[in-house]
Amino acid sequence: MLSYIKRKLSESDSVAGGSNNSNTTTAAAAELVRKTSQMSLDNGTIAYGEDALLHELGYRNATDLQETIYDLLRTIRDPEKPCTLEDLNVIYEDGIFVMPPTRSNVSVVRIEFNPTVPHCSLATLIGLCIRVKVERGLPHNIKLDIYIKKGAHQTEEEINKQINDKERIAAAMENPNLCELVENCIKDEE
Amino acid sequence: MVRLILEHTLQGHKGRIWGVAWHPKGNSFASCGEDKAIRIWSLSGNTWTTKTILSDGHKRTIREVRWSPCGEYLASASFDATTAIWSKHECTATLEGHENEVKSVSWSRSGGLLATCSRDKSVWIWEVAGDDEFECAAVLNAHSQDVKRVVWHPTKEVLASASYDNTIKMFAESALDSDWDCTATLSSHTSTVWSIDFDADGERLVSCSDDATLKIWRAYHPGNDAGIATPDKTTVWKCVCTLSGEHSRAIYDVSWCKQTGLIASACGDDGIRIFKECSDSKRDAPTFELLTAEESAHEQDVNAVEWNPVTAGQLISCSDDGTIKIWKLQE
Repeated sequence: MLSYIKRKLSESDSVAGGSNNSNTTTAAAAELVRKTSQMSLDNGTIAYGEDALLHELGYRNATDLQETIYDLLRTIRDPEKPCTLEDLNVIYEDGIFVMPPTRSNVSVVRIEFNPTVPHCSLATLIGLCIRVKVERGLPHNIKLDIYIKKGAHQTEEEINKQINDKERIAAAMENPNLCELVENCIKDEE
Repeated sequence: MVRLILEHTLQGHKGRIWGVAWHPKGNSFASCGEDKAIRIWSLSGNTWTTKTILSDGHKRTIREVRWSPCGEYLASASFDATTAIWSKHECTATLEGHENEVKSVSWSRSGGLLATCSRDKSVWIWEVAGDDEFECAAVLNAHSQDVKRVVWHPTKEVLASASYDNTIKMFAESALDSDWDCTATLSSHTSTVWSIDFDADGERLVSCSDDATLKIWRAYHPGNDAGIATPDKTTVWKCVCTLSGEHSRAIYDVSWCKQTGLIASACGDDGIRIFKECSDSKRDAPTFELLTAEESAHEQDVNAVEWNPVTAGQLISCSDDGTIKIWKLQE
């Protein structure tokens, strides 16, 4: 399955191309996942003063929006393993931050994810899945910023830039191969 | 008090609208987007209506459309890796060569040259060889990443390009060997430069970026009064002003009005903002003030803005929300 995905990714995509590192999941990497998933608390970013907007959108508070987004993300399947991103601790509730809204009063949410290994070649694909799933799943407009957990990937900055470039995302989703990969990862279980 | 008054909200495209472009006469405009169609709009009575829909030209998103200076031709840049040339509602030429998404297209002042750029990191210059013939004159590989925008100088055959590599580059044909060379690299933005526009005489450039700032750049020619060194006797571009703090997300487009000198910006925070040069602004350290802001100009990201080239104070915008809006600046 992995070689199939890699082949598809290397064909002509906008977002997920480039990296072709080995994907051996070592015990050390698993340990890293365990450790980093415990260190992801970042206080002070949830804007409690912005409840009016959240109420208008039908949320009780920032935690309610955070949980709604987490529920959308937890079932995304890993592109190469028969597990969900929740099972693998790639996404976690503490990695979802409700930020102060824009001046035009649109919610801003920052989502942080933790690739299973620091050379994960599918990190860009995971970032794309997260964005598409949230944008489709919420009934209102939202501004999303998606980032790899700090220090969790060798080419973190490069990937962060790619997965937040709306033009590259739009082009990637017009690529039939890449689009199919994303759809397979985000479709609901039958 | 100066305000932006919404005159018209236009619907027609399906999905995100990426680009709008006024016809040089200012009485019609073209728009394009993810529905792979180009719409040409004009005013009939008091309403703007779609006069023509150009479809079948592209297989993927159309990112940008631009009219030739004579107004006879329209060029469209698409994610399908091609650029199409339209005349009288027919596609008369398809320019192929880029490896992947074409992001932008621009006609030179004379209409004799066309520039395109792509995610393949290259900028191509095409010579208009005949009615429907375009010959590649140069392939410029100066950028290290995705090139987002190309814009010709308003009077000279100088091309500016903006890139995902955070820089802007200038290109000109060498008098010695008639090769196109990169003559300047403008570095100061800390993230992707999404768009650029020259002022009326082309002595200054405004740029907008993912770093949420606008920057003003000035050309210093060999022998300039300011005493700015010009190595190899080539024009140097210096960042003379940075406008930060007004935008809260990436700025996707900027338009410098050739008539009024006002600058309009299109932002990922859904806002449109208008800047005016201060009356005591200095040549080598200019200052600009926010004249007015429409924080919720659209319901989603604003992707493009352009001042009407004829009707001063009229502005057009388009957005991810699938609408085109026409605004009037009222004093």
